[in-house]
Amino acid sequence: MKPCSSPNSLAPMRIILAGQPNVGKSSLINAMSDSRLKVGNFSGVTVEKTEICFEHHCHAIEMIDLPGTYSINGFSQEEKVARNYLLNEDYDVIINVVDSTHLTRNLLLTLELQNLNKKMVLALNMYDEAKKEGIIIDAKQIEAITGIPTIAVSANTKEGIDELLDTVHHIYDDEKRLRSNISYSDAIEEVIFDVKEFLDNKNYQYKDLDTREMAIKLLIEDKPFYKAIHDKPIFMELQPLLVKSLDKIYSYYETKDIIDIQSQEYHSIARGIRAETVKTSTDKQPKKLTKRIDNILINKFAGIPIFLFFMWGLFQLTFELGAIPMDYIDAGFGWLGDAVGQSIAHEGLRSLIVDGIIAGVGAVVLFLPNIIILYIGIALLETTGYMSRVAFLLDGFFHKFGLHGKSFIPLVTGFGCSVPAYMATRTLKNEKDRLITLFIIGFMSCGAKLPIYVLFAGAFFAPEEAGNILFYIYIAGAMLGLVMAKVLRLTVFKGDDEPFVMEMPKYRMPTLKLIYMIVSSKAWSYLKKAGTFILAATILIWFASNYPKMDTTNQSIQLENSYLGQIGKLSEPFFEPLGFDWKLAVALETGLAAKEVVVATLGILYNVGDEVTEESDQLLSAIKEQIPFATAVSFIVFVMIYLPCFAASMVFAKEAGGYKYLAYLFVFTTAVAWIMSFIAYNIAL
Amino acid sequence: MKLSDLSKNQKATIIKIECPKDLKQRFYSFGIIKGATIFIETISLAKNTIEINVEDTSIGIRVEEAKTIEVELI
Repeated sequence: MKPCSSPNSLAPMRIILAGQPNVGKSSLINAMSDSRLKVGNFSGVTVEKTEICFEHHCHAIEMIDLPGTYSINGFSQEEKVARNYLLNEDYDVIINVVDSTHLTRNLLLTLELQNLNKKMVLALNMYDEAKKEGIIIDAKQIEAITGIPTIAVSANTKEGIDELLDTVHHIYDDEKRLRSNISYSDAIEEVIFDVKEFLDNKNYQYKDLDTREMAIKLLIEDKPFYKAIHDKPIFMELQPLLVKSLDKIYSYYETKDIIDIQSQEYHSIARGIRAETVKTSTDKQPKKLTKRIDNILINKFAGIPIFLFFMWGLFQLTFELGAIPMDYIDAGFGWLGDAVGQSIAHEGLRSLIVDGIIAGVGAVVLFLPNIIILYIGIALLETTGYMSRVAFLLDGFFHKFGLHGKSFIPLVTGFGCSVPAYMATRTLKNEKDRLITLFIIGFMSCGAKLPIYVLFAGAFFAPEEAGNILFYIYIAGAMLGLVMAKVLRLTVFKGDDEPFVMEMPKYRMPTLKLIYMIVSSKAWSYLKKAGTFILAATILIWFASNYPKMDTTNQSIQLENSYLGQIGKLSEPFFEPLGFDWKLAVALETGLAAKEVVVATLGILYNVGDEVTEESDQLLSAIKEQIPFATAVSFIVFVMIYLPCFAASMVFAKEAGGYKYLAYLFVFTTAVAWIMSFIAYNIAL
Repeated sequence: MKLSDLSKNQKATIIKIECPKDLKQRFYSFGIIKGATIFIETISLAKNTIEINVEDTSIGIRVEEAKTIEVELI
C-alpha cells in the first residue's frame, strides 16, 4: 500500500466501511476515492480488510474495508474479524453501507453497530436502483429516528458521494459523538429506565458512554463492559437490580435467551423504521428480472448443465482467444533476445541475460493473456451474483463429498490463484469444513499451472483439441479433489458440518471499471511476481544450470554436470517410476518456489544447444521431440496435484492454523501426486 | 407444519424456530424470525436445497435446516 501523503500534519482520518455482503461496498469505495485515487490492495471478494488512502479537503483519509457480514454477533471467521476490528482497533468514523432495496434486513446490522457507540454515518447505497424499483426513502426521517446521519448515495451514478464525504468529515471534526435516538419496546424501555436511574444516582462513569448506553450494554450482556464494571463496588448493588430487570424482560418475552429477545427487538425496530421512512409505488414490480433469470439459471434440470457450459466456454476462451496475443509476445521476446544478444560481447553475461533472464521472464509474461481472460471470468462470476446460485445448485452434490456449497467459492477462486482461495475459506464457519476445503484447494489447478498445461497440450495435441484437453485436465483435478474431500471427511476430519444459509442477491451487471480494477490488480501482481520473485528464481536456475563450468563445448554434458543436474539426478530414483528424467525432476522442484518457474526452467533446460533460433513454438517442439507421451501425461498429473507454490503454502499454513498442517499438506499432496502419476504413466505407456 | 412441507409459492408465517444457537443466529441476521412472512421460490432437483423468500430477500437453505422452522399458512 502506498503511504498517505498528507499536505498538512494532521493524522489521517481513519474510516471503517462496514456492511452486509452484496451492498456494493467495493463500488462505493471506488466512487469515493475516484479522482483522488491511490489504491492500496483491491481484492475481488473482500476477505481480509482492505486499506485505501486518498485525500478529501486536504485531509488524508485512510479507508478500511471490512469483510461484509450479516451480523457482528455471529460465529463465522469473517464475523469475528469484523467484530474484533470494530471493538479493538483505533478508528474515527464508521460508514455503515446499506442496500436501499433491502432496508429492513440491512438495518439489523446498523442496530448492532449502533450499540458499539462510535461515530457513525449511514450510507443508503444503490439508491438509483431503489428509485427504479419505485422505492422512495426519507433519509432525514431515518436520521431523526435513529440519530445516525443518513445519506442516500449511489456508487453507480455518483449521487450523494460528495455529501457523504462532507458528512463524514463533519462528524469527524465534531467533538461530541451523536447519541442513538432508538427507542425499544415499552417493556425494555421501562427496564432501561430503572438501570439508568440507578447509574445516574451513583454518578457512574465509563469511557464516553452516557448512562442510557451503559444500561443497554448491561442488558444485552456486553462482555467488555461487564468485565469493567464487575470489579467495582457498585456491582454489589447493581447485580440484584439487573437480575430483577432481566427477569421482567424474560417473563415479557417468554424466553430466557437474550439473543432471541435482542433479535426480536431489532427486527421490530427495523420493520418500524422501514414502515415510517419508505414509500413504495406498487405499480413497479421489483426483482422481476432476477426472478426470470433465475427461472433459467437455477432451473431444476438446466441449471447444472448451463453452469458446466459456462465453465467450458471460459476455458475455451482462455485458450483460443489467449493464443492470439501469445504469438506476438513470443515473437517480441525472441526479437529482444536476439537484439540484446548481438550487442553483448562477453559470453557469460550474454548467456545470463539472453538465456537466463529474457528467456525465463519471457516465458512467464507469455501467459499473461490467458491469465487475464481467466480472471475476467472469475471476476464476472463473483460480481454478478451468479456465484451464490452455483453454490445453491452444487450444495447437494458437494454435501455428499463432505463439503459445503460455500466451499465452491474458494475452490473456484483456486482456479485463479490459491492464495486468495485459501483466504476465501474464512467464509466457512465450521472448522472441519474449512480444513477439508483448504486441503483440496490445491487440486483446483491455479492460473500459474495453466502455462504448463498449455505448453504440454499444445505440444501433444492439435490446436483445435487443446482447449478440450485443458478442460479435461481442470475437471479431472476438481473431481479428484472431491474424492479426496470425502476421504478426508471419512478419516481425518469427522464431524458435523456447517449449515447452508446463503443469500441469493439480485443479479447485477458490474461496471467495466469494477471488473477492470479487479482484473488489473491481479494481472499486475502476476507481472510483479514475474519481475521480482520469478526473475530471481530464473537467475538462480540459470546459474545452477551453467555452473560449475565444464571444460566442454557440449551443452548437454555441461547441463548434466551442473548443480541443477546434480540435484535432479539425486532425486531421479524417486521420480523414475513415473517416467521422469532429471530435467523434469528439476522443473518440478523449481516449481515449489512458483509454478510459473516450471515453464521457465523447462525453457532453460530444453533451449540449451539451440542457439539464436528464437522463433515461436521453439520450446513446444523441443518438448514434443524429447519427451515421450506417457511421461508427459504423468508429468501433467504430478503438476496437477503436488504442493502449491511457496507463497500459497505460507498462506495455507496461516489459514489452517500452523506449520504442522503444511507438513501434512506436503505429505498428503506428494503421496497422492506420486500414486496418481504412477497409475497414469502405466496406463498411458 | 414445517417450512419444508410448504409447496412452492405458498405463503406462511414463521411461528417457531428450533435449532442450534449458531444456525439460529444466522437465521435471525437474514430476517428469518418469528412473525416473518416466508415462501418457497425454488426447489432444487434432488430436493437438497430450497430457495426461500423472506421480506424480499431470496435465501438458499438446505431442506434439513428448513425442517427446524415451524410455519403456519396464511
